[in-house]
Amino acid sequence: MTVPSTAAQTASSLAWARRRGSVARFWRAYRTHRAGLFGLGALAVIALVALAAPLLVGSDVQSVTNAPGAALESPSGAFPLGTDQFGRSLLGLLIWGARISLTVGLMAAALSVAIGTLVGILAGHFGGWFSTVTMRITDWFLVMPTLVLAIVLATVMSRSVWTVILAIGVTSWPTTARLVRAQTLAVESRPYIERATALGGGHGHIMSRHVLPNVMPLVLAQTTLGISNAILTEATLAFLGLGDPDVVSWGGMLQDAREAGAVSSGHWWYLAPPGIAIAAVALAFTLCGRAVESVLNPKLGVSTR
Amino acid sequence: MSTTSSTPLVEGAADGPVPVKTGPSGPRARSARAYLTYVAGKLGGAAVSLFAVLVTSFFLFRIIPGDPVRTMTHGRQVSAEQLASLRRQFGLDLPVWQQFTEYCAKALSGDLGTSYQFHAPVGELIAEKLPATLLLTGVAVVIYSVLGLWLGTRSAWRHGRLGDKVNTGVALTLWSVPSFWLGLLLIITFSVGIGPIPGMFPTGGMETGGETGFGYVADVAHHMVLPVVTLVAVGYAQTLLVMRASLLDEMGSDYLTTARAKGLRDDLVRRHHAVPNALLPTVTMVFINLGHVAAGSILVETVFSWPGLGGLFYQALSVPDLPLVQGLFVVFAGAMILMNLLADLLYPLLDPRVGR
Repeated sequence: MTVPSTAAQTASSLAWARRRGSVARFWRAYRTHRAGLFGLGALAVIALVALAAPLLVGSDVQSVTNAPGAALESPSGAFPLGTDQFGRSLLGLLIWGARISLTVGLMAAALSVAIGTLVGILAGHFGGWFSTVTMRITDWFLVMPTLVLAIVLATVMSRSVWTVILAIGVTSWPTTARLVRAQTLAVESRPYIERATALGGGHGHIMSRHVLPNVMPLVLAQTTLGISNAILTEATLAFLGLGDPDVVSWGGMLQDAREAGAVSSGHWWYLAPPGIAIAAVALAFTLCGRAVESVLNPKLGVSTR
Repeated sequence: MSTTSSTPLVEGAADGPVPVKTGPSGPRARSARAYLTYVAGKLGGAAVSLFAVLVTSFFLFRIIPGDPVRTMTHGRQVSAEQLASLRRQFGLDLPVWQQFTEYCAKALSGDLGTSYQFHAPVGELIAEKLPATLLLTGVAVVIYSVLGLWLGTRSAWRHGRLGDKVNTGVALTLWSVPSFWLGLLLIITFSVGIGPIPGMFPTGGMETGGETGFGYVADVAHHMVLPVVTLVAVGYAQTLLVMRASLLDEMGSDYLTTARAKGLRDDLVRRHHAVPNALLPTVTMVFINLGHVAAGSILVETVFSWPGLGGLFYQALSVPDLPLVQGLFVVFAGAMILMNLLADLLYPLLDPRVGR
């Protein structure tokens, strides 16, 4: 009775060794992309700041009622970036805003990629009329103006962080669905899928055990690239006043700045930092995504899209 | 916004590198018939998409919000009678299927309802604001397409060099910048003026008023500089990256080696052989961008108080003026569908391999 269990152990340890090997190989290739490393480093710093925000500035930074400073102060020793119209420290708000930007960006991209992967694998696996109908819907979503659709969704639903995540997630999945479907078709044309079917593997087994692991690298690259889009869309929605009014976000700070007349009075120190923060995070994710993409697809590596 | 989303829209865009100049092989009549069939198919597809947009907009605005009248009167004191009369006014007391057929019939005859905020037909409001948006986005798309093609070509031809790295780096950075923020910064710097920089450009709007003839044209152009710069800065990266990628794809091709072996100079090889072939996917992108940029101008028009559709959309959102938001949604989606259709129809004329 010990023989099968040892065999199983060896099989699983082999599988783990193979996975470790491929991760190491991936990292070695990724390391050669300097821009990708730069993006990764920037992300690590920003994520650390966002996680440590309660320690760095404390959660009372958002409170309008007992703000520490006077309204619209210029940068000074006490307030390195000045204060907003309620007398809150802009540096504190900026640090606090990183949390919502990253949360929404990650969750919206995860939602969008999850929908896209599910639709893509199902359409690729089942084929026939199901695939035709699904891909028609996907194509139709692809020609929709994504931003307008997200704005409309955020308008008709109640104001909350979840609405924003949902609005971004359900409007940006079609690209992933198309790519995953193409990859699924490529994977399923290989002989080992036929072997698995002959051994009695059902639809669920084929899709989850054989197709999914093979499309995961593509999905990873898509997620990384999708996050920067999601972060930009979140900032846009917040700027249009469609975000959660109780949560501090970079887009919301820009809206506050505009409403406080920072533009006409030339208060550039109020306006500049939130935008730089949004651009920095979006750029960092884009750089990582491009590096991941070119590691996984060497042909793109030459062209570095 | 991602580069990967736009290129696969036209079938055959990613085919192998074959020179454009090979031309169709079959008799002319047959290829013309094939093209007509292709056109009919694309027209049918566009019609289906347009109908789907109408259906979606109906369900988005009638079903998801629960009670549209509640959304419309959001945050205001309204009596039960007022609610009932609003419902009657917008036909919301009828059964859903009847509302839907009425809505479709009206929309198809060009009646998009009455704005809640301006008390005027939505169609009229849109028609009034359309020219300003067309002017702004048209100029911006032309400039950023040309800029993107030029820089993309230079980047690809000398890929891996310092110039290429700086080029792509700058484009990617500007691409990550939110357009509304860049607009606000440009206004602060060049309209309000900081430090030694005087306010050189107007802060918003489209005209100062009181000008006629050439003076008017110059005035509008003066107002247009900053919004156009904003749109170009955040938009040209996409054209650049697609052009660069597609030219790099062509660069390994045998026909380029042949051209060089014939003794052609390097820039002749580039201009007469490589670039025309690499242009194909980029042309599609320019059209798709035209559709996108109308919607993308929402932010820029709002920031610069440009009297176009985007600004109107923002005004409608803040109420929220549902009939107007709905009408603009249909117009923006319709623009996308139209531009995709144009790209699809133009493509086989440029690339003989498609649609035959």
